[in-house]
Amino acid sequence: MIYVDNVAGTKPDKRVVDKMIPFYTEKYGNPSAHFYPLGRESFEAIDEARGHVASLINAEKDEIIFTSCGTESNNLAIKGILDTERAKNKKHIVISEIEHFSVQNVCVKLMNEGYKVTKVRVDENGKVNLDELENVVTEDTALVSIIYVSPEIGTIQDLKKIGEICRNKGVLFHTDAVAGVGHVPVDVKEIGCDLMSFAGQNFYGPKGSAALYIKKGVKINPIFDGGFQEMGLRSGSENVPAIVGFGEAAKIAKNEMDEYTSKMKKLQNQLWNGLDEMFDFIHFTGDKNDRLPGHVSFWIEYIEGESLLLWYSLKEIYGASGSACSSNILAEDEDELEASHVLTAIGVPNDICAGSITFSMSKYSTEEDVNRILEVTPEIVHKLCEMSPYYNK
Amino acid sequence: MAKGPYSEKVMEHFMNPRNMGEIEDASGVGEVGNPACGDVMKLYLKINDDGIVDDVKFKTFGCGAAIASSSMATELLKGKSVEEILELTNNAIVEALDGLPPAKIHCSVMAEEAIEAALKDYYKRIGKDPKIVDEMKEKIKNKRTN
Repeated sequence: MIYVDNVAGTKPDKRVVDKMIPFYTEKYGNPSAHFYPLGRESFEAIDEARGHVASLINAEKDEIIFTSCGTESNNLAIKGILDTERAKNKKHIVISEIEHFSVQNVCVKLMNEGYKVTKVRVDENGKVNLDELENVVTEDTALVSIIYVSPEIGTIQDLKKIGEICRNKGVLFHTDAVAGVGHVPVDVKEIGCDLMSFAGQNFYGPKGSAALYIKKGVKINPIFDGGFQEMGLRSGSENVPAIVGFGEAAKIAKNEMDEYTSKMKKLQNQLWNGLDEMFDFIHFTGDKNDRLPGHVSFWIEYIEGESLLLWYSLKEIYGASGSACSSNILAEDEDELEASHVLTAIGVPNDICAGSITFSMSKYSTEEDVNRILEVTPEIVHKLCEMSPYYNK
Repeated sequence: MAKGPYSEKVMEHFMNPRNMGEIEDASGVGEVGNPACGDVMKLYLKINDDGIVDDVKFKTFGCGAAIASSSMATELLKGKSVEEILELTNNAIVEALDGLPPAKIHCSVMAEEAIEAALKDYYKRIGKDPKIVDEMKEKIKNKRTN
């Protein structure tokens, strides 16, 4: 099996799992129970994990709120600031065209509640148009939220410049960095963002572990009402094993990221160049240089993405497609099938972007994996081209 | 292995599509598209003097369900008379494939539409009004509901 859908979630590092197990078996105390060792032990484990997670993005411990997933962090960031002192009465939100659903759909909901949402355009490589961003932010803007790394096309945004624009305009800046943290160096102080979402499952940590970074001094309101966990900003009993695993994953990432990402970068180039040499009708998506290590995304003329994805899957190569056809296969209705808004935003024609594929590697990926992908691709593409009424060669 | 979204039958036809290709001297060619997902199906019919489908071929740009629906449709068409193939509905294709996910039913509809389009082209080529296909379809529908 060759797993190249790592933007959807990585294989947890064994060290992460080993660290978590005792918190399922013997160390099951509630971290809010400070007056007996079992509880205290959990509290200390969370505290230690918070330190590792903060350190990975150069934040302080008390700037990290643990959540359950990237979607929750994004919801908390955007909804959380709206009624605070700084954002009150401001009815405008700025996002990009290529945000994740958990930002996009929050904004759709807010539009129904009377907010105005501006989507800043991206260029053909998926880079946010900075001049446009500068122009659309007004005194009425409550928040700018821009995705750091696009999981679909791999493009990395220049957060430093975006942060600078936001600071100059005095507007709060959130970034969804779920696909970036753990594979791209992140320093919140350098970026100057106010809020950042990231998740453990994207860099070899467990599912159900994520965080929202909230810069000291930035106020947000909780979206859950309840107890005092996570400074009252995320009530509910902590998922101790997941948090412990998240901490371990952050520690490992901090120590080993340089090493594994340089390897992933090499594999990315090998796959990219190999595919590029194969067909003159392959089109790569996203920015070639400012790119998530190990990420290769493309579409092939004449053939449709789901078919390509299915064939790769039959060859035990597991990737992803932004094709309309595979977008929501469990939907009850065809109206719910939509071509990827990210591909549409970078100008890939709707009927053609049916053919997009995303391969995202991990630190476990090998040269043999890439060779195998390159080996089976011509056969698959040829088969589908033969079948295509568009193909005429 | 965990089951995917498609039945074994669908996957089997997807992997080994029947009657894939073109017929150069076709009696009728139908090309239909689905704007929802950009799928396109092209169906070639070779109909003999007795009005029987001698040969049938397809070319499809589309997802697994679209390819399997096309392939299954061609199997169901071969050796049938023009009247018989007009009775072929998308439901029959779905049934023969052991089902399709709800969101993919439109792929089988596309196959039914391709058959209709190919027949219309056939009638046009033999100098008859292609509307005859609509009338025949209507008659079949009425017969079914009565």
